[in-house]
Amino acid sequence: MSEALSTALALLIGLDAKLIDIVLLSLRVSLSAVAIAALLGLPLGAAIAVSRFRGRQTVIVLLNALMGLPPVVVGLLVYLLLSRAGPLGALGILFTPSAMVFAQAILILPIIGALSRQAIEDAWREYEEQLRSLGARRMTAALTLLWDTRFSLLTTILAGFGRAAAEVGAVMIVGGNIDGVTRVMTTTIALETSKGDLPLALGLGMILIAIVIAVNAAAYLTKELAQRRYG
Amino acid sequence: MSNGSILPLRLADVSFAVGGRPLIDRVSLEIGAGPSTIILGANGAGKSVLMRLMHGLLSPTSGRIDWNVPERQGAPRKQAMVFQRPVMLRRSAYANVAYALKLAGIREPQRGVLVHESLESVGLLHLARRPARVLSGGEQQRLALARAWALHPEVLFLDEPTASLDPGAAREIESVIKAFDAAGTKVVMATHNLGQARRLGDEILFLDQGRLVERASVGEFFSKPQSVQAAAFIKGELPWA
Amino acid sequence: MGLIRRLFLLAALPAVLPALAQEKFIVVASTTSTEQSGLFGYLLPVFQKKTGIQVRVVALGTGQALDLARRGDADVVFVHARSAEEKFLAEGHGVKRFDVMYNDFVLIGPKSDPAKVSGGRDILDALKKIKSASAPFVSRGDKSGTHIAELDLWKLAGIDIATEKGRWYRDTGQGMGPALNTASAMNAYILSDRGTWISFKNRGELAIAVEGDKRLFNQYGVMLVNPAKHPNVRKDLGQAFVVWVVSPEGQKTIAGYKIGGEQLFFPNSK
Repeated sequence: MSEALSTALALLIGLDAKLIDIVLLSLRVSLSAVAIAALLGLPLGAAIAVSRFRGRQTVIVLLNALMGLPPVVVGLLVYLLLSRAGPLGALGILFTPSAMVFAQAILILPIIGALSRQAIEDAWREYEEQLRSLGARRMTAALTLLWDTRFSLLTTILAGFGRAAAEVGAVMIVGGNIDGVTRVMTTTIALETSKGDLPLALGLGMILIAIVIAVNAAAYLTKELAQRRYG
Repeated sequence: MSNGSILPLRLADVSFAVGGRPLIDRVSLEIGAGPSTIILGANGAGKSVLMRLMHGLLSPTSGRIDWNVPERQGAPRKQAMVFQRPVMLRRSAYANVAYALKLAGIREPQRGVLVHESLESVGLLHLARRPARVLSGGEQQRLALARAWALHPEVLFLDEPTASLDPGAAREIESVIKAFDAAGTKVVMATHNLGQARRLGDEILFLDQGRLVERASVGEFFSKPQSVQAAAFIKGELPWA
Repeated sequence: MGLIRRLFLLAALPAVLPALAQEKFIVVASTTSTEQSGLFGYLLPVFQKKTGIQVRVVALGTGQALDLARRGDADVVFVHARSAEEKFLAEGHGVKRFDVMYNDFVLIGPKSDPAKVSGGRDILDALKKIKSASAPFVSRGDKSGTHIAELDLWKLAGIDIATEKGRWYRDTGQGMGPALNTASAMNAYILSDRGTWISFKNRGELAIAVEGDKRLFNQYGVMLVNPAKHPNVRKDLGQAFVVWVVSPEGQKTIAGYKIGGEQLFFPNSK
């Protein structure tokens, strides 16, 4: 344990160039994936929250269930899609960060969709009468609620980021863990573990946890301050 | 596009049932322009349901509800409602009123003028930039009134607007309502508070168990109630009557 | 509002950030043992400096690497399982196979040596002893070059391991590193390539038990994936890599790779 800590500190203090590249790539991939998933998932969740249609309950159950998609399964499916032998092979993005962003976005889309659906449905219960009274149509109301629940949605987005930053199954398969190109924190930890370099792997693991905590703390503080201001 | 008044509002044999139980039972009435109308009744009499039917938030299970000029989708609404508990968006007081106008398609600079007027008419102009949700209960209800009135509706529905407020705040709300009434807006208000009914109303529609039991001017209703239920209600609410 | 704008900007990052797209590069499917030995980290920068071509190595088991190339997802394969490579070639997926280098396998075992094989130079004898002692043995079980070599050795020792294995034989389905981790934790015998063993840090009670048997010799081959079958293959760049690796300069570089003063790979292209 202490060897791991000192390895981690040494890496950080030394500002090891390779480590910095790996960390930046990890952030870039997961943040991009979260952005895409949010762009698609938030409106999706809002639309389901305010709509009534046949099969709605089934859709909700399915969406909730998909939150538990195993990353390695997503990785396999996306690999089959992006492989040269597959339907999207011509894109040529297999074994590049774009493939990793694609896979992670698919992985966390259900999380953002399901959690935002819940948050907005709860808000809808409170706002529905008033908004309909003012003449808002369903989709307008959905957008209004998206903005009004923005602080809870920030937590949702964070949950998505946490899942993306922590997973290894999807990025390993579609990225190939290529040195200098698609190697991220989680795949590096997997690699170093398999090479038996446990202190290094642990050290990297601690850095990853620290980063995720830092992102969460920053967002939590933002939320608290804003909530105090806006009520 | 007709510019005629949306009043009178006609209810023909309207019922509203939930799970077989009628909450509104074969009510027919006509609401015309002019005198402010109070929907009076005990809790559970069906006042809120009737208000929502008239405003259009609920559809009757049988019977018809017709405005003089039918409401058009997408056109600014000519009737608005204020609820017992105001629901404000997480925005400034100004933005909440502006939201209602945006929905109606009102653009700047006219929108800003209307928001300004509305906030001033309820005495909240100095709090315009404050986040609406940190305002006090009474201030939020005044804001709700400002928001409802910003489009200058012909009819203003109010569902027990002061039931959740302390007497001071309630008094402020009542004076705003009186001002709107004086400005020509038709006020239709539900309440179980007899004193309030007398202060603000010109005519009373008395509901009991979902039925319209009595309709009279305020003076007549309180001095000579025609129905047994009305008499009992007045007596129950005012032990010294 | 500020949040949404921030999200938009982040989403645009992958498109905006430069670089990987424009470089000259090839994708080489190789094995985990080759990568984990550190050879590529040493060899590829030399090639890149000379030609400007970035080599992106996807490290899998031999079977997986060849399957990857069968789907057209690699430009070159660099693996160590002769029979599997010949099959690949016969199917038309490769252009031509070249010998590149060899290293050897070693039998690793616990210092306590329950099967009494340590110090021997006969691998078949050692395997027979391990089986009769029912000493714990970890197999990679993943159709890798090492796994195929292991199965061939059991066969040569006259043992039909598929039917004759007992609970002492642990089929893990893992790469070399993880399998060594497992063997270390279980104090088991395991067949490993020397390169991975030398770089392996989590040895526990394990040490080399048997080495030097000619049957432990492990040949590596390189092939350009057939552009006739997979038109997207970067054939000029890939061919440049194949040619360089078997050239005197490439071969000399391979021989120059050492860990702790020990050479790991022995170039033998013809």
